[in-house]
Amino acid sequence: MTTDSVEAAAVVDVESARARVQPLRIIGGLLLASVVLAALWFLVSNERFEWPVVAEYLFNGSVLVGLGMSLMLTAIGMVLGSALGTFLAAGQLSDFWPLRMACMGFVGLFRGIPPLVQLIFWYNLAYLLPRITVGVPFGPELFSWSTNDLITPITAAIIGLSLHEAAYMAEIIRAGILSVDQGQRDAASAMGFSRWHTFTRIILPQAMRVIIPPTGSQVIALLKGTSLVSVIAMGDLLHAVQVIYNRTYDVVPMLIVAVIWYLAVVTVLTVIQRRVEEHFGRGTSRVTVKRTARVKERPL
Amino acid sequence: MTMESSGLIVQPRMADGSPLLRVSNVRKRFGDQVALDGASLDVYEGEVVAILGPSGSGKSTLVRCIDQLESIDGGSMSFEGELLGFEETRGHLRPLTDAGRRRQRRRMSMVFQQFNLFPHWTVLRNITEAPMRVHGVSAAEARQRALELLERIGLADKADAYPRHLSGGQQQRVAIARAVAVRPRILLFDEPTSALDPELVDEVLQTVKSLAAAGHTMVVVTHEVAFAREVADRCVFMADGRVVEDRPADDFFTDPRSERLRTFLTRSGRSQNEVAD
Repeated sequence: MTTDSVEAAAVVDVESARARVQPLRIIGGLLLASVVLAALWFLVSNERFEWPVVAEYLFNGSVLVGLGMSLMLTAIGMVLGSALGTFLAAGQLSDFWPLRMACMGFVGLFRGIPPLVQLIFWYNLAYLLPRITVGVPFGPELFSWSTNDLITPITAAIIGLSLHEAAYMAEIIRAGILSVDQGQRDAASAMGFSRWHTFTRIILPQAMRVIIPPTGSQVIALLKGTSLVSVIAMGDLLHAVQVIYNRTYDVVPMLIVAVIWYLAVVTVLTVIQRRVEEHFGRGTSRVTVKRTARVKERPL
Repeated sequence: MTMESSGLIVQPRMADGSPLLRVSNVRKRFGDQVALDGASLDVYEGEVVAILGPSGSGKSTLVRCIDQLESIDGGSMSFEGELLGFEETRGHLRPLTDAGRRRQRRRMSMVFQQFNLFPHWTVLRNITEAPMRVHGVSAAEARQRALELLERIGLADKADAYPRHLSGGQQQRVAIARAVAVRPRILLFDEPTSALDPELVDEVLQTVKSLAAAGHTMVVVTHEVAFAREVADRCVFMADGRVVEDRPADDFFTDPRSERLRTFLTRSGRSQNEVAD
C-alpha cells in the first residue's frame, strides 16, 4: 500500500457510495416481470376463465358447505391420525417385541396402500363383513350392527383418511422421538419420572420441534387428499364444484373456485404452522430470553 | 468382602457397621466388551468417595449401574440394606417392576457429565418438577426450596431463564441444585466437570465442595485428581472394570500400593503441571 492511498482512505467516507450496477440482475428482473405480466394477461384476457362465473359461485352455499366438509375431514383425520400415530410411534420403539412388530406391520400396511384404494375398500366393507359384532371371540355376542348402517360415505372417509394419516404421522413422530438426546431419558429416569410422564412431558415436547414442520406439510397434503372422497360421493369441496359444473358445464371456472379456496386455506395453515413452530422452539432460541430488570450479568 | 486378600482394599468401619450402599462383585458387559468385571465398593453414610481411573476403566458404568440406568449382568448392589433392581418372588430372584425401580431411585440423585437439564423448561421448573411430581411436595414448598438452592449457588436471578441461556458451568450448578432438591440419601456424580471449558470447572467444583461440607453422602467419578484429594474421604482407583485400590484419601496419594495407580498419579500429576505452566 502506498502512502497516497493511506492518506486517501483517511478522507474518504463510504457512506456516500452508490449501488453497483449489476446488468445480469437487471436482465433477470425484466425477464421475471415479463413472465408475471404474461401470466396475469393470460388470466385476465382469456375469456374462458369466465371470472364473473367464478365470482358468482365463490361464496355459493353448496361450495361453502363442501369447503366446510373438507375442513372437517382434515381436522378429524389429523386429530385421529396424530393420536393413533403417536401410539404407533411409541409402539414401534417399545422394548416389547410383539407390540413393536404389530405397530410396524400396521404402518407398513397403511402407508403402502394408496388412499384412493383404501377409501373405496372401506366403503365396500359390507361385502366382506356384513355384520360388525363386539363380543367374546368364538363366544357370545354383546353388540352387533349391520355394516351397511355403520359404513356411510362419511365414516368410510374418516376411517380411510385417519388410518392413512396415522401411518404417516407414526413415522414423523418416531423420527421426532429419536431426535431427542438419550441423556434426557437418563435424567428423567434418574429423577424417578414414570414412563408416561417422561414420554408426555420430556420427550414429546422436545420432539415437537422436529415433528411440527413435516406435520404442517401433512395437514396440507391431507386437505388436498380430502378431494379423493368425491369418488365415494362424499360432499367435499371438489365434489361440490363437480355437482355444479355437471349441471352448468362451467368446468374451468368452477375448478378455479375450488383452487382459490384450497390456496386460501393452505396459506392460513402455513401461517399457523409458523406460529406453532415458534411456540415449540422455546428454550432453543438464543435471542428470545426474557429478562427482568433485576437481572445482572455475572462475569464468567 | 472377597478382595481383602489383595491387601489393597481397606474399608473404613463405621459405628453401626453397615454401609449405606454396597456394591459387590458387579459384572456388566456391552456386547463383547466387558465394562465391569467384579467391581465392589461400600459407601457409608456421610462419606465422600471419589472414583478415579483411566478412561474405559468402568467408573461411569459403575455409577450408572448404581442408579439403575444400566442393568447389571451379575453380582449385586444394595442400598440401605435393600437389594437394588431385583427382588425375591416365588422362590426366585426376579427383576423389579418399573414402579419398584422408581421407588428405589427416589432416594438417589445423579449429576451427569452433559448436565441433561430439560431445555424446554425454565431453571425453576427443572428444579421443582421432581419434588412436585415424584415426591409429592406442594408447589409453593418446591418453589421456595428451589429458590433457596439457587440463592445458595449464586443463580437466584436465573430462575426464569432457559438452560440454553446459561454457561456450561451455570447449567451444571443448576443440575446439581436439581439433584439436591429431592433431598437424596446419596448423590452420584458422573464426571461433572468433563464437559466444561477449563475456566468453568472451578465454579462447579466449589458447589460440589460445599455439598460435601454440608455432609451429603456422595460418589464422585472425576478426572480432577487435586479435587479428589481435597474433598474426598476415600478414593477408589478403577482399572479394567475392577476396583484396584480403595483407600482413605491421604494414603491414596501419598502411599499408592499398586503399580497402576502409581503410574496413573504420576501421569495425571505431570499433565496438571503442564496445564499450570
